[in-house]
Amino acid sequence: MRLEFSPADEAFRREVREFVAAELPAPIKRKVELGQRLERTDYDAWYAKLHQRGWITPAWPAEHGGPGWTPLQRYLFDEETLLAGAPRIIASGINMLGPVLIAFGTEAQKARFLPSIRRSETWWAQGFSEPGAGSDLAAIRTRGVSRTDAQGEHFVVSGHKVWTSYAHWCDWLFCLVRTDPDAAKPQEGISFLLIDMKTPGVTVRPIRMLEGGTDLNEVYLDEVRVPAENLVGELHKGWTCAKYLLGHERTGIAGIGSCKQQLARARHLADRQGLSDDPLLRARLAQLEVELLALEFTGLRMMSANQRSRAAGLEASLLKVRGTELRQSIYELLVDIAGPQAVPFDEALLQGESPEPASPPELAAVAANYLDARKLSIYGGANEVQRNLVARALLA
Amino acid sequence: MDFSLNDDHVALQDAVRRFCDGEYAARGRGDAEDAATAARRWKAMAELGLLGLSFAPDFGGSGQGAVETMLVAEALGRALGGGAWLSSVVLAGSLVADAGSLAQRERWLPAIAGGDARLALAVDEAHTRYRPAFAECRARVDGNGWRLDGRKTLVLDGDAADAFIVLARTTGSAGDADGLTLFLVDAKADGLRVQGFDTIDGRRAAHLGLAGVRLPFEATVGPVDGALPLVEAASDRAAAALCAEATGAIDALVEMTTEHLKTRRQFGAPLAKLQVLQHRMADMVLGLELCRSMACAAAMAVDAADPAQRRRLVSAAKVVAAQAGRSAGQWAIQMHGAMGMTDECRVGHYAKRLLAIGQLFGDAAHHLSRFDGERPQSRAEA
Repeated sequence: MRLEFSPADEAFRREVREFVAAELPAPIKRKVELGQRLERTDYDAWYAKLHQRGWITPAWPAEHGGPGWTPLQRYLFDEETLLAGAPRIIASGINMLGPVLIAFGTEAQKARFLPSIRRSETWWAQGFSEPGAGSDLAAIRTRGVSRTDAQGEHFVVSGHKVWTSYAHWCDWLFCLVRTDPDAAKPQEGISFLLIDMKTPGVTVRPIRMLEGGTDLNEVYLDEVRVPAENLVGELHKGWTCAKYLLGHERTGIAGIGSCKQQLARARHLADRQGLSDDPLLRARLAQLEVELLALEFTGLRMMSANQRSRAAGLEASLLKVRGTELRQSIYELLVDIAGPQAVPFDEALLQGESPEPASPPELAAVAANYLDARKLSIYGGANEVQRNLVARALLA
Repeated sequence: MDFSLNDDHVALQDAVRRFCDGEYAARGRGDAEDAATAARRWKAMAELGLLGLSFAPDFGGSGQGAVETMLVAEALGRALGGGAWLSSVVLAGSLVADAGSLAQRERWLPAIAGGDARLALAVDEAHTRYRPAFAECRARVDGNGWRLDGRKTLVLDGDAADAFIVLARTTGSAGDADGLTLFLVDAKADGLRVQGFDTIDGRRAAHLGLAGVRLPFEATVGPVDGALPLVEAASDRAAAALCAEATGAIDALVEMTTEHLKTRRQFGAPLAKLQVLQHRMADMVLGLELCRSMACAAAMAVDAADPAQRRRLVSAAKVVAAQAGRSAGQWAIQMHGAMGMTDECRVGHYAKRLLAIGQLFGDAAHHLSRFDGERPQSRAEA
């Protein structure tokens, strides 16, 4: 047992820190620190820097272009990039589809799709949730019917996906569709398909969210023709890919780096608001910082050998619950620090500059960020579902 | 940064668990020990090497660190066991090992390690809460030695101790960080009155009355007028061990409550089918895992050389342990229903130990405040 990071890990941390300081464009850093909205071009500019350095796909194995980092190095990378004001890696192709293709894809699929994900040329959308299938994902009804005609074997896909993050920026969609409606269990008879969003029959409609953003979309699929070679894994066995993907999604979902980033923002704003000696505020900040340490050490402990856990195999669920609820508490504190200045809503300022700012720029996005963060306990398997999973394992 | 346990750690954990499983029958956990039982367990702990765990091998110990202490404390916490182990070994014994003269170490450490003697630390007074610098017990030079006058309280396991390490003011006035000194006082010293009392968790503590207790000059432990850092370090060692004990106790509550929810039927189904209770269990497990991580971090910080880091991480850990322990106690009682309120049901005994753990060596508010004061400059502000 050792509290210190090894000299090699410290050197790695410095390397990441220096890289971000040198390469992160100042306007992007400013937007991130103010909690403003980013455009795809902002992400692409930063991802291009990461790609040049070989760091764009931290979780991928080295033979597929990953940097070959240890879990601890990935953790340090997250922390250093986020604390320095870099955008998160939000691309579903990098975080979700890449690992699935590496595990289940054919050699042809890997050769065709992985390089353009690494270069951020292709953005992928995640077509999982539907109006009738949220936390209960296996209830999806989008149909995929297998057909053969003169152009060959293909699926005809029809249905309605929703809450599809960044679909309006995306080029391709990975999608769960029901290919066998007569299967004995809802999880059986689902297949994992890759759909070019330029195919006729695909319509994207952005959804305006409560904080004014439009990151989420509805995706309508109307008799969309999908070549049979775009099936990932076995026919009717898409649930296996989906479970693997969700496991990957939850690993980084504790968002320890994001928590640190927002807590530093809270301290900074508290100072600027003249609240640094307010005893009630200091107590809340200290409490949140203690909770963050506990989360951080728990994440690190769960990477270590011989550490028993009462929730073996469900560590990711516990980290998701704690990390997201802690982050929500920090955003709540940000609103309280802003006081009445949480009330003005200046949409131009959220996008960048406003001719006549309705509030100080550093406070302008606080309420929108707080509202947006309510999604954290809903997505990636609602926290109630995560608690169900932990309890089921315990009480079985 | 590494939380891995090595093979020796796992072997130590298993050995202490076996000892606890043998000595502490499930239905008697938390009951006050009679003298014969306490003596038998004390001897067994000596044979296991637990009573000299952190002492140097030259003084009958096995030279282990705070991480090993944590592993032992966690296993003892799960069984509500250990008796005077914390007070005599972790608190007072380690203080002698840390700051005692060669003669003091030779006199006391092998005797403690062998199970033949017990020491207790007397710091608190009725009004001091968690601020030892406000101690009013006085020591004055008087002829060929010292003369001590004053009162102490909350001396853990004080009525079973063979000697006390007593904190007294030698110079300066109440609240000064300097001017405090530690003294070794034999339990049979003239002018010393020991009055034992029960604690909420079925254990014992004592008040000390010192009226003209005379001690030779060599009775001081550590530097004259410079005891406060030693007391803080000892208190942090104990607090870190208590975080591990809390981990073990919460773990036991999770186990008992899980079993209860699976077997107790109401409205025609096991309680385990009720989602509101399932979610409470998930939160209890979450609290347990956070507490376990912080107990590890606190132990590593005690072993590391940096006192600022030690204060910061022990405080953070104690906040988490106090809060997680209190919640776990409350929820376990609630989920056991009226049975959880009885003396027969063991859940209440764990809740009481967790309550005491939360309040001793700094409660959550005290440690939150100390944590806030120890905050290093963050990068964002630098």
